[in-house]
Amino acid sequence: MTDWLFLTEVFLAGLGSGALYAVTGVAFVLIYKATRVVNLAIGEILMLGGYAFFGAAAGWHLPAWVALPVAILAGALVGAVVERGLIRPMIGESPISVFMVTIGLGSILAGFVQIVWGADPLRLPEFLPSAPIFIGEAYVAPKVAYGFLAAMVVVTAFVLGLRFSRGGVALKATAADQAAAYSVGIDVPRVFSLSWIVACGVAAGAGVLVGAIGGISPTMGVFGLSVLVVVIVGGLDSMAGALVGGLFIGVVEAFAGTFLGGEYRFLVTFSILILILMIRPYGLFGTHEIERL
Amino acid sequence: MRIGTLKTSYAADEALFDTRLQKLLILLACAAAVLFPFVASPYWLFLACLCAINVASATGLNILTGYTGLVSLGQAAFMSVGAYTVAVLEIHAGTPFLLNLLVGGLLTALVGIGVGIPSLRVKGLYLAIATIAASVVLHFVFAHWPLTGGMQGLSMPPARLFGMALDQPFQLYWLILPVTGLMVLGAANLFRTRVGRAFIAIRDRDISAEVLGIPLLRYKLMSFAVSSFYAGLAGGLWAYFFRVVTPESFPLVNSIFYLAAIIVGGMGTILGGILGAVFMTMVPELLKFVAGLVTPFYPDALALLAPVRTIVFGSLIVGFLIFEPHGLAEIWRRIRRFFHLWPFRT
Repeated sequence: MTDWLFLTEVFLAGLGSGALYAVTGVAFVLIYKATRVVNLAIGEILMLGGYAFFGAAAGWHLPAWVALPVAILAGALVGAVVERGLIRPMIGESPISVFMVTIGLGSILAGFVQIVWGADPLRLPEFLPSAPIFIGEAYVAPKVAYGFLAAMVVVTAFVLGLRFSRGGVALKATAADQAAAYSVGIDVPRVFSLSWIVACGVAAGAGVLVGAIGGISPTMGVFGLSVLVVVIVGGLDSMAGALVGGLFIGVVEAFAGTFLGGEYRFLVTFSILILILMIRPYGLFGTHEIERL
Repeated sequence: MRIGTLKTSYAADEALFDTRLQKLLILLACAAAVLFPFVASPYWLFLACLCAINVASATGLNILTGYTGLVSLGQAAFMSVGAYTVAVLEIHAGTPFLLNLLVGGLLTALVGIGVGIPSLRVKGLYLAIATIAASVVLHFVFAHWPLTGGMQGLSMPPARLFGMALDQPFQLYWLILPVTGLMVLGAANLFRTRVGRAFIAIRDRDISAEVLGIPLLRYKLMSFAVSSFYAGLAGGLWAYFFRVVTPESFPLVNSIFYLAAIIVGGMGTILGGILGAVFMTMVPELLKFVAGLVTPFYPDALALLAPVRTIVFGSLIVGFLIFEPHGLAEIWRRIRRFFHLWPFRT
């Protein structure tokens, strides 16, 4: 007889880490939707957010509620600089070149973090309440629960903002047809900049949450690989897809990690990825683009 | 336009080396390669072998990515297939090393075809991601299959030729360099044939190529097969060179390294694959050298070596893509053109 309580706990833990995938995935989708750039450096920007929080909270002894905005601002700043300095000159180049630029950027950021903070894993100072939380009888680690809540708030804000705010509509218009968006007076370069700034800020914020749960290290960028699986499964240009895909992959990883062993986690998620690529290459909710000569 | 290169036949137009000076330079380079081991220190021989292995693998990736336009981030994983095959054959069967290399290459080609199957449905980034997935799966297999020795990997005996063990860079040089030379020559000639031209047509626009009567699936799989055959051979050479193969020998970073090498060298040119692979292999050594020079003034220089290397690696990719998208090969071409046209300019 399987232990239902235990299964529930694993499921909830999976949802918790899945929510972090979802929020990073949303940041990824935001950039892809606006600029058609597949940003493989998202994992490294997330890492940078974690380290910026560490630098502000442990290095400058700022309280957590100041350090968190500092981390988000740092991420946003990096996003702005990267968009202006690296992505803008690459407009019109083949998507593969841009994709390689972001890989190079990831490498630069990882090296930078190692120079400033060293190569050893670090722990973030505790800032989330640590009273245990029970849902029904199932125990949830408090950090995971708060991470889940924060992530869900951000994702909801994104989905609503995309639908109702002026910027969101401008972004959707840019995604649908750049030239048409230009001609109705949407400042497309500004949409590009803003999407990078917001997405990188959100990724940095997610980095603080991820770091609070699992600690920070210069290899945290691997998180970006899981996010890549998430957005492919959900569909590269779908926010809802990122949410569903994130939660799904999180739960699958939690179960695979518990019942098969930690080293099977990557195997299972990437097998799902291959399956999705074979059956539905544009993901569960993505737009199926038709190619014409 | 170049001056004074009137061609009167298609054969002359298609020739690999079209000027007398170029032929002379190639001959000189061959002579230098033969003389090199007798004058160089073991350290330089080691580097030469490493460069040659990387050139072989980068040329393979260039066939797939540079010429066929299929991006792969699985080159290192393909190399691991070749390396493991060679190691297993050498340990358990003891067959001659040339046969082992060949079997390793062919087996890798089969694996490459398997990985390439999604390439008809997905392309571009999706394909790159599919190859990442394939390398994750391959890594898992090698880390858990008893035959491949788990995480400890395999240690193998050296290659033997006429009872002599090839275990020093000096001997291995004579194995690695000729094989690499043949592979590069083969790749250069491939693009003078029907198959190679089909690859180029697919790169330029795959739907148009299909309309022109090129069966996409067959040629894409062929490209995968050739490219991973090269990777398998390079992996086999790698195995004979280091003689220890572990799952961690071929991480994803290495796949990025090879992609970076052909970007820095120049995609879609044979010269680019060579220049890029040599350049990217030498940069870390150069950094090590600089760190050694700086150490007297700044004792922590060696500790900073690893992160600085990561930063330089990333900056090279970004810098070349933004400022010199056609890579070192284009710089070389520009220099050539300058001397061809001198004292005139275009």
